[in-house]
Amino acid sequence: MNILLTISLALKSLLANKMRAFLTILGIIIGVAGIIMIVSVGNGAESLIVNQIKSVGSNLIGILPGGREEGEPPAAAFGIVITTLKSEDIKELKEIPHVTAVAGYTKSVIQVLYRNKKVESTVTGTFAEYPEVEDAKVANGRFFNDMDENSVSKVAVLGYKVKQDLFGDSNPVGENIKIQNETFKVIGFMEERGASGFSNNDTLVFIPLKTMQKIILGTNHISMGRVKVDDAANMDEAVYNVTRILRTRHNIDNPKDDDFTVASQEQGLAILTSVTGSIKIMLTAIAAIALIVGGIGIMNVMFIAVTERTREIGLRKALGAKRKDILKQFLVEAVSITALGGIIGILLGAGFSALIAIVIQYLGYKWDLIVTPDSIIIAAGVIVGIGIVFGYSPAKKASLLSPIDALRYE
Amino acid sequence: MTTNEPVLSIRDVKKDYVMGEVVTHALRGVDFEVHEGEFIAIMGHSGSGKSTMLHILGFLDTPSSGQYFLDGIDTTKLSEDDLAEIRNKKLGFVFQAFNLLPRTSAIDNVRMPMIYAGVDEKIQFEKAEKALIAVGLSHRLKNHPNEMSGGEQQRVAIARALINNPRLILADEPTGNLDSKSTEEIMGIFDELHRKGHTIIMVTHEDNVADHAEKIVKMKDGMVFEKILSANHEHIAHNKPRT
Repeated sequence: MNILLTISLALKSLLANKMRAFLTILGIIIGVAGIIMIVSVGNGAESLIVNQIKSVGSNLIGILPGGREEGEPPAAAFGIVITTLKSEDIKELKEIPHVTAVAGYTKSVIQVLYRNKKVESTVTGTFAEYPEVEDAKVANGRFFNDMDENSVSKVAVLGYKVKQDLFGDSNPVGENIKIQNETFKVIGFMEERGASGFSNNDTLVFIPLKTMQKIILGTNHISMGRVKVDDAANMDEAVYNVTRILRTRHNIDNPKDDDFTVASQEQGLAILTSVTGSIKIMLTAIAAIALIVGGIGIMNVMFIAVTERTREIGLRKALGAKRKDILKQFLVEAVSITALGGIIGILLGAGFSALIAIVIQYLGYKWDLIVTPDSIIIAAGVIVGIGIVFGYSPAKKASLLSPIDALRYE
Repeated sequence: MTTNEPVLSIRDVKKDYVMGEVVTHALRGVDFEVHEGEFIAIMGHSGSGKSTMLHILGFLDTPSSGQYFLDGIDTTKLSEDDLAEIRNKKLGFVFQAFNLLPRTSAIDNVRMPMIYAGVDEKIQFEKAEKALIAVGLSHRLKNHPNEMSGGEQQRVAIARALINNPRLILADEPTGNLDSKSTEEIMGIFDELHRKGHTIIMVTHEDNVADHAEKIVKMKDGMVFEKILSANHEHIAHNKPRT
């Protein structure tokens, strides 16, 4: 029997009961759209993180407070505050061979005011060596120096976007801004860098670390340290030395008691990728459950269809349909219904992924919209599989009906 | 037109229905022959076994015992798929309730047996259109069953029954759902088919409908108790219009 005719008949009988059809395919739509979105968002997040890490350079060593189990992310990644890491710890790392620059960081999101304008900014307390560590350049004015830091000066260097938002095209150097009711003098602003990964360096405001700790936050720990190594070839040696010095400073004998985490960019990348990977697998599993539930819905409706159309089956048999013709008809019908849901699901999933990408890009992050052909191909395969698996049993039941019993059915 | 070799013959056919502990003997041993070109009406009250008989003759149901020869071939041992092929190529059914596919145009309904016969699609449309024109429905090709009168629907069903040029046309109360005017029209088509040499078996309980046939087989309690010539058999035998 002509496959196109079968499909068009299937869709016609589907559309004869629009509400039921919609509810039937809803499960499939949700499942498929979910899978497409999850894979897309997962890929986007992954590329975001990878871009982020790559953008800060491959010969950086990161130091985070808190220890970690092998292969797991550091506690700080989950927002747990640990106060054991001090700026002196980081400063001492400067003595290690091959280390060219070090920086400690502590950050807080605070409103920054200039006259009647205000912007929400990540105020970052850091070392004078920050531009060297992160390959950042001052566009105008200067970055703060060790003297500013030691004297707890209230000076600030603006990220490019903060400068644009508060001052437009006029020169901010020498102007006063307010951070948490404290007046800071702007001594320079940075070149535009663009967003990289989750952070946008253009939205930061830099102040000396000591000023941040003593005047803004009232703490004496830092949330992160970075060490720049002269060459990627010397990374392993540098990581070893960083660890050794921190253990000595923290009086730790047993590596299991480490209250800090040292990771090269490469290691950090591997850990974060494994985290996003496992989140992706979990979400995909949830979407798969939705698909299975959708499939059961299809099976239910196909059983109803077989019962409702018992007379039709009898008639077709009377006119010469063989068992395999009936089997094929109902299978094609099940697959057509699932495919319709699948196509809508793919379109919706891709649409929502694009929407998410647009929103995130609007927020200033560099987010790639990644709807890979393989995720669509896999989704399409899964849909057809579900149609066949869940359509088979009702179709088989239909094909086994005796012609006269089917024709007599009321 | 009648030849010695019957189109079909059944020997001592019995049919029992088992419903729980109750056994109903729908047919208690029927012998029956139909020759080419014959138009036979099977009559009887409800429960007489006439419908069961027609269903067995149409391979819609299988006998509990006995033999059924179609064109000299013993069909008792044939597989389900073989029977489907016989229904498709050798038989044409006309039902009381028309049994057209809903939401499907007249031409697509008529095409149905050709689809299962694997006829080329272009030929399907040509033949289906011709068949519908032959039953006077040239203006109804694209209409769906719910847009047609009962008489028109039954004419579509007749066109469908004829489409694979069957050896035998089986009609189960073909006028049972029709008013008297439509009944006359439909029976006129059967008369025409008979004149052209088609072999027809029709179940009915209406005498005036049965009189269109040349032979009447009366059934009672699962047995044939009388085979008679109809009131019009002479006119029919000589291809003359009925009086």
